[in-house]
Amino acid sequence: MKIKLMMHAAAGAMIATGALADGHATDLTLCWAAWDPANSLIELSKDFEEQSGHTMNFEFVPWTSFADRMLNELNSGGQLCDLMIGDSQWIGGGAENGHYVKLNEFFSANRISMEDFLPATVTGYAEWPKNTPNYYALPAYADVVGWTYRKDWFERQELQTEFMDTYGYALAAPETLGQLKDIAEFFQGRDIDGTTVYGAAIYTERGSEGITMGVTNTLYNFGFEYENPNQPYDLNGFVNSEGAVAGLEFYKELYEVGTPPGSSNWYMGENIDAYRSGQVAMQMNFAFVWPGVEADETVGGGNSGYFPNPAGPAGQFAQLGGQGISVVSYSDKQDAALEYIQWFAQPEVQQRWWDLGGASALRAVVEAPDFAISQPYAQTFLDSMAIVKDFWADPAYADLLIAMQERMHNYVIAGEGTAQEALDGLVRDWTEVFEDEGKL
Amino acid sequence: MTVSPIDRVAAKTPSGVARRIKGFSDRTIAWIFVAPTVFLLLAVNIFPLIWTIRLSFTNFRVNRPNNDVEWVGLRNYQRILTDPDVWNTMQATAHFLIWTITLQVLIGFILAFLINKKFKGNDMWTTIIVFPMMLSPAVVGNFWTFLYQPQIGLFNYVIAFFTGADPASFSMIGDVHLAPWAIVIADTWMWTPFVMLICLAGLRSIPDSIYEAAECDRASKWRQFWTITIPMALPFLMLAVLFRGIENFKMFDLVVQLTGGGPGNTTTLTSIDLKREAFEKWRTGYSSAYAVILFVTVFGLASIYVKALNKVKER
Repeated sequence: MKIKLMMHAAAGAMIATGALADGHATDLTLCWAAWDPANSLIELSKDFEEQSGHTMNFEFVPWTSFADRMLNELNSGGQLCDLMIGDSQWIGGGAENGHYVKLNEFFSANRISMEDFLPATVTGYAEWPKNTPNYYALPAYADVVGWTYRKDWFERQELQTEFMDTYGYALAAPETLGQLKDIAEFFQGRDIDGTTVYGAAIYTERGSEGITMGVTNTLYNFGFEYENPNQPYDLNGFVNSEGAVAGLEFYKELYEVGTPPGSSNWYMGENIDAYRSGQVAMQMNFAFVWPGVEADETVGGGNSGYFPNPAGPAGQFAQLGGQGISVVSYSDKQDAALEYIQWFAQPEVQQRWWDLGGASALRAVVEAPDFAISQPYAQTFLDSMAIVKDFWADPAYADLLIAMQERMHNYVIAGEGTAQEALDGLVRDWTEVFEDEGKL
Repeated sequence: MTVSPIDRVAAKTPSGVARRIKGFSDRTIAWIFVAPTVFLLLAVNIFPLIWTIRLSFTNFRVNRPNNDVEWVGLRNYQRILTDPDVWNTMQATAHFLIWTITLQVLIGFILAFLINKKFKGNDMWTTIIVFPMMLSPAVVGNFWTFLYQPQIGLFNYVIAFFTGADPASFSMIGDVHLAPWAIVIADTWMWTPFVMLICLAGLRSIPDSIYEAAECDRASKWRQFWTITIPMALPFLMLAVLFRGIENFKMFDLVVQLTGGGPGNTTTLTSIDLKREAFEKWRTGYSSAYAVILFVTVFGLASIYVKALNKVKER
């Protein structure tokens, strides 16, 4: 570890003295989503500007239009972005369509090892094809779906007693999905301090990826698989297995018995708003919201607790979020962009990234002895990152995602058909996509 | 001898240029003036249209620049026209179109009729009524999202006040039966003033002398309304229907902001579906065929309608 740290320190010193720079101060543009971590990155990047002499510009787009805007940019060969922190699902398209620069040689030349990063983030954000040593990104922001709950409400004696009388176990952060539903039902429509509150805010959004990012958290834990582990793209019996059907039915039931009225099109923003405003006892959301929850005057400062996605009958998994940082192949400032990646990979920069509210995927940071107590949510973050699964990252991911959004929303929110029909339909849609792609 | 301004300008024209222009016919000079506009129209309208038609017969995908582009004939058209999901979006669009146009024309005409009466504060009321159409559709979408919120939304409270129902017991944008009406209500709120203005123009164009003659003939107000007001305002009403029909066939922003096309596909209008095919699934060839079908539909219907409108005007 010491040798590695010394190497990174040397790399930092080289950047500082301009030895790695191409001799010109360059204006670099980094493209990402417009959300809280982006502000932390601006702050972090000031150090890079100081050390390298380059100027960093940022193009941040709200999540709901991020994919539209940035994939348009990449598909048209645009030169707006030199660096792209693209969604994990874009890695296949980024690699196969030549949007991203392959980084293997650069990593080898600069002693950046993917073994230094959390394995799930390397597979999820950097590799294409998956589980092969072909890297098109450096893990930049580790993220995962987890849960936040109102610890101050859970600890109220009268609620503790009533819950124990009703359900026969103590009111605490749920360990199973069954408990999660009990708690959501318990809080649904309850009067707390003169306000009607509801059980949980869950993902139901229709337009982009919301409901898929939500429903997978119960599907995985009931036995859903994307494909036959022994035969790629063999979907039937895995996507629509008995367990998957039960998982989908569970999500619909949770939506019906434990979520606020009108929450039929909610995603990250709506969930955090509902939680902060005291409408719900629990919220499903990506871990990126947790620093904001802690800092909030009402729900922060010890009033909130965190727990990983609870286990189901088939195990405990959680939907992976997060992104890797890539160099855009259409950029004519690739040298300077690579300099940024080299700087960003340094352990001290990654540590500062975490301290500023970012989410490092570097093992030296997250496996440090004091990491788990560095923030109230740090242990939950670690536990959640250990159980992640991700959606398809094939170049056709958008087709696959849209089909799933439609099938899931039609069943869970609009109540059309049965869970079995929804998943059977999804198998048909996905099969058609893979046939069009020549994979079947 | 006085020199006219035209002569002065002509005198300033360099002799070389003047000699060249002198040789041009009027027709050539007219073409020189019109050419930039024609070029722009060809570049911005006609070329993309022809290109879209060409793409509609291929399997081109803009996000697969390295793939071979194959000529697939009418396959895209066949897939679209036999896809039940496309017909569902057509149905949703038809529901939206029929109800928004009906309500907007009805309410717009009534408002115009009332505003046309001379009363104190007439101008102020006109300004207040036209206010919604000055807003951006995205703003209106957001605004109505809040109004429809079951816990805090004013709309739910108003309905609850009159019906006695619990405001949180129904969700306008989360219920499959209510969501299609939620977008109709929001669009009607926004665009009825536009229809009102057109109707108002129609009503004000009717000469007072016709009503005076009717009064002399002792025609009742009711008869005057049906035999003078309606027939003479009809071309304007039909124009309003045409404008709103074309606009609402393309409706995208307001509905996306309000419902995102949901719940399920209940409020997925054709334009939303087309956008998903073109810029989310990136099926460029398929979506080009989809766009051509929509274009032909709107163009065909509008042409028939304009012919009918002209006939009404000729009467």
